[in-house]
Amino acid sequence: MKIEFRGLVKKFEDGRTVLDSLDFADEIRTLAIIGPSGGGKSTLLRILGGLILPTAGEVWVNGAPVPSGEEQLQRYRKEIGFVFQHGGLFRHMTALENITVPLTQVHSYASQEAAQRALELLERFGLKEDIHKRPSQLSGGQQQRVAIARAIAARPKFLLLDEPTSALDPEYTSEVLDIISELKNEGMELVIVTHEMGFARHACEKAAFLSEGHLLEYGGSAELFTSPQTRQLKQFLGKLLAWNV
Amino acid sequence: MKKKFILKKNERPSLISAVLNWLLVCLFIIAAFWLSLHTIQATLDFTFVADFRIRLLKGFGMTLLLSLASFFTSLLIGVLSALGQGSRLQPLRCLCTLYVAFIRGTPLIMQIYLFFYIIGTAWGIHNRFLAGVLILSVFEGAYVSEIIRGSLLSIDSSQLEAARAVGFTPVQTIRNVILPQLAARTLPALTGQLASIIKDSSLLSMIAVIELTQTIREITATNFRLFEGYFFLGILYLCLTLPVSLASKALERRFYYEN
Repeated sequence: MKIEFRGLVKKFEDGRTVLDSLDFADEIRTLAIIGPSGGGKSTLLRILGGLILPTAGEVWVNGAPVPSGEEQLQRYRKEIGFVFQHGGLFRHMTALENITVPLTQVHSYASQEAAQRALELLERFGLKEDIHKRPSQLSGGQQQRVAIARAIAARPKFLLLDEPTSALDPEYTSEVLDIISELKNEGMELVIVTHEMGFARHACEKAAFLSEGHLLEYGGSAELFTSPQTRQLKQFLGKLLAWNV
Repeated sequence: MKKKFILKKNERPSLISAVLNWLLVCLFIIAAFWLSLHTIQATLDFTFVADFRIRLLKGFGMTLLLSLASFFTSLLIGVLSALGQGSRLQPLRCLCTLYVAFIRGTPLIMQIYLFFYIIGTAWGIHNRFLAGVLILSVFEGAYVSEIIRGSLLSIDSSQLEAARAVGFTPVQTIRNVILPQLAARTLPALTGQLASIIKDSSLLSMIAVIELTQTIREITATNFRLFEGYFFLGILYLCLTLPVSLASKALERRFYYEN
């Protein structure tokens, strides 16, 4: 997909500038957004997903601007799959309902058709036994697998993932990353905000380094990690590697 | 033996020990009551119940009717006031905040006199049943308002964001996310509120609404069987409030996933 940011600015109500005139344009299949906390990664992803509006500037996806009116935004969001860090599943619904309710209500599936699609995905992600459990009865890893199943159920144009493994224990992280990588191999285009540098480096084609609201580096992820150009990225990677085994 | 009376942490009592403990406590209460009666040399005579059964039944029905009517009206008032308190319209917000503060900060008996004798007279509300329902609804509505407002505030913003992310319209978000989560959080407390309404309705006897308490007051004024009258009154109220409390507990268990 082709993503373009033109002079993108986001200021919060307290006056803090989270994104500072961001310009970017490229054709991407898988993009990892990395950087220190508070650098604007999640905000950028939310703007791209039409969940929040920028203060100034434009976002273009595949040659069309992301709309700013609420009704057009609803239509735009329908075509995107979103996975959040945590709390993204509706906690009063079972795993199955979390997938079928949006399918029937938003995407006009017949209920049998929706159930079939949900079962197919849950089974594929190893959750066959858990379809009638509510999120609170599932492990963090299982919850994220349901969230991914929900995000791809309506066959979205692309997938946006906001630190999908940050709230997980290490043993659950890989089961979630495996699924994302599998989807990527099937041709699903995605943008992921992540702290999993191994995943960003090996599973994503492109990587962007965002720090203090600026896009400091962008390129093929292999080069970005092996030969960082800016002092900030060198520092950032250095800190991450300090405690590596 | 000790195991029958003292629970370990997180242990559920066995059926036998539960029955034993309940029995012991009930026996103790009955003994204490009986001893008190013995000390003041009173004997209980409940024959009046049969004599006045029609009036008692009417009073009981009136309490039930008053409570249910007030419950539903107070729900409406409570929802409106909770929404009003979150409104962007300043005067409405002030009005609703003031309403809740005034009602929760003053005794019901004062409100009953105030509303019935001043406002009721001025606005020509002379029907005592209607006045009773209105007064009780206004009173309980303030508590309902706080229950609903608290639940609304406790809805996680991540749930609303997820709703937008899956493509729900605002109406779909209300129907699929906000209302079910609100119901799960408020139903146990609202059912508990019904028990409060049933008890509070007894104060409407002050403006001579002939409900259960007023019926007993009238009966005991003629036969002077005060002990028996109020003892029986308590039992009748328990017949109404205990099932409601049990329902509230059951709802709490039903929606346990919320916690």
